[in-house]
Amino acid sequence: MLQYAFMRHAFEAGTIVAIVAGIVGYFVVLRKSAFAAHALSHIGFAGAAGAVLAGLNPIIGLLTFTTSGGIAISTLGRKIVNRDTQIGIVLAFMLGLGVLFISLYTGYATEAYSILFGEILGISASDVLVTLIVSMALIAAMAVIYRPLLFSSLSEDVAEARGISIFWFGIIFMILVAVATSIAVQVVGVLLIFALMVTPAATAQRLSRRPAQGIIITAIIALLATWIGLFISFYLPYPVSFFITTITFLGYSAVRLYENVKPRPSLVKVAES
Amino acid sequence: MKNVIGVNKLTAGYADRIVWRDAEFSVGNGEFVAVLGPNGSGKTTLFKLLLGLSRPLEGEIKIFNKIPARGNKRIGYVPQKHNVDSETGIDAVEFVRMGLVGTRFGTGIAGSGMKEAIESLESVGAEKLAHKPLGVLSGGELQRVFLAEALIGNPDLLLLDEPLANLDIKRETEFVRLINEVVRSRRITALLIAHNINPLLPVLDRIVYIANGRVATGAPSEILTSETLMSLYDTPVEVLKDSHGRVAIIGIDESEHHHGRLGHAELDSHKHHHHHE
Repeated sequence: MLQYAFMRHAFEAGTIVAIVAGIVGYFVVLRKSAFAAHALSHIGFAGAAGAVLAGLNPIIGLLTFTTSGGIAISTLGRKIVNRDTQIGIVLAFMLGLGVLFISLYTGYATEAYSILFGEILGISASDVLVTLIVSMALIAAMAVIYRPLLFSSLSEDVAEARGISIFWFGIIFMILVAVATSIAVQVVGVLLIFALMVTPAATAQRLSRRPAQGIIITAIIALLATWIGLFISFYLPYPVSFFITTITFLGYSAVRLYENVKPRPSLVKVAES
Repeated sequence: MKNVIGVNKLTAGYADRIVWRDAEFSVGNGEFVAVLGPNGSGKTTLFKLLLGLSRPLEGEIKIFNKIPARGNKRIGYVPQKHNVDSETGIDAVEFVRMGLVGTRFGTGIAGSGMKEAIESLESVGAEKLAHKPLGVLSGGELQRVFLAEALIGNPDLLLLDEPLANLDIKRETEFVRLINEVVRSRRITALLIAHNINPLLPVLDRIVYIANGRVATGAPSEILTSETLMSLYDTPVEVLKDSHGRVAIIGIDESEHHHGRLGHAELDSHKHHHHHE
């Protein structure tokens, strides 16, 4: 299947996106910012729809809108907790804006469909290049802020007392989530972003108690789901996003099921002591 | 005795609100100090000033003879709130080690600070918790882990923000004993915010009492009398003592937590059992 350019591009973009979404997603889950990631993807919907309307590449609209949305979310609510209301307010407005842009755009309805549900098989060579460059910058940034970010995710108050600026790290992290969301939208779309940003990380955090290991497992799960999804979709006439979301969901369910059958040893010990 | 904290005509608060004014006190090296007072009286505000996270409105505060600055390595801090819930699946030791390496940029070498983190957990009798996920720890166990984090850089001053909240009476006593051991054996200073003075009375050197916009300080026997508190706060206050020497303060902001110990204890232990199951 790799003799086809569109499949090669799909595998290239899918691989990059899975790794990036996995790394960023690990912190999204750890910081309980899943709702923020969800909102950012919807904000991205308005941006992508607006870009299409203006005759631009949707990725430009995505990046612009999610990044400004991320900054807005992190400045509106300075602490992690109780951000839901502010996020919800921005989310609803942006979704409405996206609906307007879509209705104004009289071109192909498929554009809207691909923003909402992803169109990995339509990725061009230049899209792959943009994705690669953006992703490398993102991974480098994550590596730089890794330890302070991890620290502040576990206890904002202690991290702040130790001299970490919670405010600035909140903003930087939200920008990184925004960028990761923008590139992941190409693969799974706005509505299915959780499949790559949240499910693999949530699964990994049940499998590993060490952050570095957890991040690697997250990326592997996202990677496997993307590869297997692409592989199946080459032979079956159904959307890739469906396969990716289903595989990650099955993975998470399997781990939860296994836990119920055989509870974590640590849980048992603590309950006894 | 060298001063660790010196406060001079200090007024604290925010741009639109003064929390307390004209505070004058000092804390000497090696003292175990309880910071008491009703909710919202400004106990945490004092900690924020010491940590360099906010600035005085007026007056002066010094710590180790310097103006407080953020990220002071000589301070260990145990916060009241944390971001841990039952879903947090990261090992306790991974958090403790952040106390040493968590402010540095870059990914660092795998396991850096791990040895120190284990030692710090050992020093508070929590080595068994090292490889347990934070999410499964009980309130008391989590307090020990946070204490281990606070102690990892061998600080000279410990700030503990309500570490006894959510502990049942047995664990409360255990934790007070542990803090006392830490303070005495390491010859460090500790400020501990509490709602209930009683478990602390046997080990305290000094009380900082914050209420009604005023700050008073002295030995427990000086502060905890009806006359002292009444003259300080200008309201009718009664300090009651039972046959065991336990204290109840009545009259300072009646909605607050200075009521009888028994009802409180029952509630707490009930809550704890529930949590444990």
